[in-house]
Amino acid sequence: MRITGLFLVLIGIFFAIMGIAYWFLSYEDSGFLMLIGSTGLGVFPGLYYLWWSRHMKPRAEDDPNASVAAAAGIVDSFPVSSIWPFIFGMGAMLATLTFVFGLWLAPMSATLILIAAIGFTVESRRGGNV
Amino acid sequence: MTTTIDPPELVGADGPEEIQPEGGADHGHGHDAHHEHAEHGPSGILKWLTSTDHKVIGKSYMITSLVLFFIAGIMALVIRTQLADPNGSLVSFQTYNELFTMHGSLMLYLFAGPFAFGGLANYVVPLQVGAPDMAYPRLNALSYWLYLSGSCVMMAGFLVAGGAASYGWVAYAPLSDAINSPGAGADLWLMALGLTGFSAIFTGVNLIATIFYLRAPGMTMFRVPIFSWEMLVTGVLILIAFPVLFAAVVLLFCDRHFGTHIFTVQGGGVPVLWQNLFWFFGHPEVYILALPYFGIVAEIIPTFSRKPLFGYKGMVFATMAIAALSTGVWAHHMFTTGVVLLPFFSLLSYLIAVPTGIKFFNWIGSMWGGQLSFQTPMLFCIGFLLAFLMGGVTGVLLASPPVDFMTHDTYFVVAHFHQVLMGTAVFAGFAGFYFWYPKMFGRMLNDKLGKLHFWLLFIGFWVTFMPQYIVGLDGMPRRIASYLASNGWTSLNVISTVGAWIIASSFLVFLVNLVHSYMKPVAAGDNPWDGQSLEWFTSSPPPHHNYTHLPPIRSERAAWDYNHPEHRSEHKFGTMVPPDHSEPAMAEATTSGGAS
Repeated sequence: MRITGLFLVLIGIFFAIMGIAYWFLSYEDSGFLMLIGSTGLGVFPGLYYLWWSRHMKPRAEDDPNASVAAAAGIVDSFPVSSIWPFIFGMGAMLATLTFVFGLWLAPMSATLILIAAIGFTVESRRGGNV
Repeated sequence: MTTTIDPPELVGADGPEEIQPEGGADHGHGHDAHHEHAEHGPSGILKWLTSTDHKVIGKSYMITSLVLFFIAGIMALVIRTQLADPNGSLVSFQTYNELFTMHGSLMLYLFAGPFAFGGLANYVVPLQVGAPDMAYPRLNALSYWLYLSGSCVMMAGFLVAGGAASYGWVAYAPLSDAINSPGAGADLWLMALGLTGFSAIFTGVNLIATIFYLRAPGMTMFRVPIFSWEMLVTGVLILIAFPVLFAAVVLLFCDRHFGTHIFTVQGGGVPVLWQNLFWFFGHPEVYILALPYFGIVAEIIPTFSRKPLFGYKGMVFATMAIAALSTGVWAHHMFTTGVVLLPFFSLLSYLIAVPTGIKFFNWIGSMWGGQLSFQTPMLFCIGFLLAFLMGGVTGVLLASPPVDFMTHDTYFVVAHFHQVLMGTAVFAGFAGFYFWYPKMFGRMLNDKLGKLHFWLLFIGFWVTFMPQYIVGLDGMPRRIASYLASNGWTSLNVISTVGAWIIASSFLVFLVNLVHSYMKPVAAGDNPWDGQSLEWFTSSPPPHHNYTHLPPIRSERAAWDYNHPEHRSEHKFGTMVPPDHSEPAMAEATTSGGAS
C-alpha cells in the first residue's frame, strides 16, 4: 500500500513541478491547466493510499513473507457471466449514432441503457443471471 | 450469476514441500473442482456475448484488433501501390485521403493500443499477479463492447454518403470542421473516438485496480512481473491522456454542429488549441502504445536467455520516467506552428532518450552471457530492438527544432513513426502473441512458419521504410496521392511498395500458421518455454479463475523459482527445504475456491 501511494504521489509531484515550470516559461494556458489537472490525478489518490498504509496492517500482497494463513478468507465476488455489459454497450453506440443520424435513435438508445442499468443493479444485489 | 471464490492454496509455503522439476506440472488439470467451475455459464455465441472472464475478453480483443490490423494493412497496400507510379490512378484523391486517414486511425486507435492493453494485458496481467480475474469483470466486458461498437462506427464511415473521414488521423482544425470536412463519415469518426476512448479509460481503471488490489500473497509491488508493471504505468497514462482527447472531440463536434467557434478563427477561436489538446493526448498515446510492448520484450528476452531480467528495478523506474516525460513533450509535434516553447519541448524530448536507453541496455544486458535460444518469439524481439533503435535514433533527430523544421510533414517523419510503431506494435506484438499463444490455447504455433513469418516481415520492413527516409529528406511531402516523375522519387517509391507487399506476404504465412495450429495441434504443456513469471505456473489454457494453487512468491520469477529450486536463495525462501530433485513429485494441492 505504501509503495502504491508513493507511486501516485510521485506522479502528482512531477506534474506540479512540470506545470509550474511550464507556466513561468511559456504563460500558455491550456498546457498549464492540463499539467496541473494531472497533478491532482496523482496526489489525491496517492495521499489517500498513504494515509491508509499508516492505519492498517500490511496486506498479504504487501508482505514479502506472506503465508497461507495471511491469504485466508474470501478474495472477492466475481460474476461468471452477464448480458448487461453487451446491452449497455449497444445502447452507448446508439447514443453516439443519435448525434450523427438524428434524434429518432434516442428512444432506442435510452431504453437499452436504462434496461442495462437496472439489470446491472439487480444483478449486483441478487446474484442475477444471464 | 456471481461466483464467490476463496484464494488458491499456497503450495510449499508451509512445512515440507515437494517441488515439480522444470518442464511444468499439470497444475491446473486433474482437479475436479476446476472442471466443475469451468462448466458454469453459457456456451457458444452466448458465452461470447455474456462472458466476463478476462481470458475470453482478452481473446476477443486480440481477434478483433487483428482483423482491424489486416483491414488497415490492406489500406496500406492500396496507398503504397498508388504511390509506385508518379501519376497513380488506382484510387481517386478523395478515396486516397480516406484511406490514409482510416489506415492511421485503425492502426493507432483500434489495433496497436487495444491489442496490447485490451488483448494481451487483459489475458496476461491477472495471471501474472495471481488474480482470479480483473478487478471489475463487468466493466471489463463493457470495455470490449464499447471498443467493438466504436470500431464498427468508425468503419461505417465508408458506407455513408461522402465517405469516411479524410482529414488525417490527427484531425487538425480547421480541416476537420464542418465546412472543410462535411458529411457523416467525419462525425462517425469522432463518435468512434468517444466510444473507444471510454473503452480505454475503463480498461486503464481495471488494470490499475487489478494490480493494486488483486495480487497474490507475497507478490509485493517490486515482485510484480515487468510486463504487468508496464501495464500499470500504461493504465495511469491512459487516465491522463484519454479524457483530454474526449474533451477535444466534444469541442470539435460542438464546432461542427452547434455553432461554437472554439477552433475556428472566424468566431475568435484558436485552431492551435486543437493541436495542444490533441497532442497532450497524442504523445502519451505513443507511449501507451509502446510501453506494453516494452514489457513484452522484457518478459521474452530473459526467458530465451535463461537469465533474470537485467536491472529489474531500473526497468521499473525507467518506465515511470518515460511515462512522466512523455506527458511533457506534446508540442514537439507543433514546432513549426511558431507558437510553442522550443527549448522546453526540445529538451524534454531529448531527455526521454535517457530512460529509453536504460531499457535498451537492460534488454541487451539480459541477453549478455545467457544461453540464448532463437525461437520465434526471441527473433521477433531482436527485430523489435533493431527497428525501434532506428526509429528512436531518428526520433532524437526530430527532437531538434532546426531538423524538424526541415523534415516536418515529409516522408522522413512517416518513416520514423512507422519504424517506431511497427517496431513496437508489430514486432514486439507478434513476439508476445507467439510467446503467450501456447498459454492461451494450449497448443503451439509452428516454429518454422513463425521464423518464415519473421524473416519476411523483417526484410519487408527495412525495404519499405528506409527509402522513405531518403525521399523524405529529398522533400517528398506526406499525404500526397501523386507526384511528378521529374521529382526523381519514383524508384525509391517502387522499392518501398515492393517492401510493403513483402510485409503483406509475411502475414499470409502467419495466417497459414494459425490454420496449421488449428488443424494439426501440438500440445504446448503448461510451460513450453520454461517461462519465469507466475502465469507459467498454471495450466495451458488456465482454468476458470486461473489458479487452483499457487507457489510461494519470493521474487518476480515465481514460476522459475518453483521449477528451479537449485537457483533459490535461502534467505528469500526461509526454511523451505530444497527438494530432492531426483524424485520429483507434484505437490499436493486442493481447491478451496469455486462457484457458489
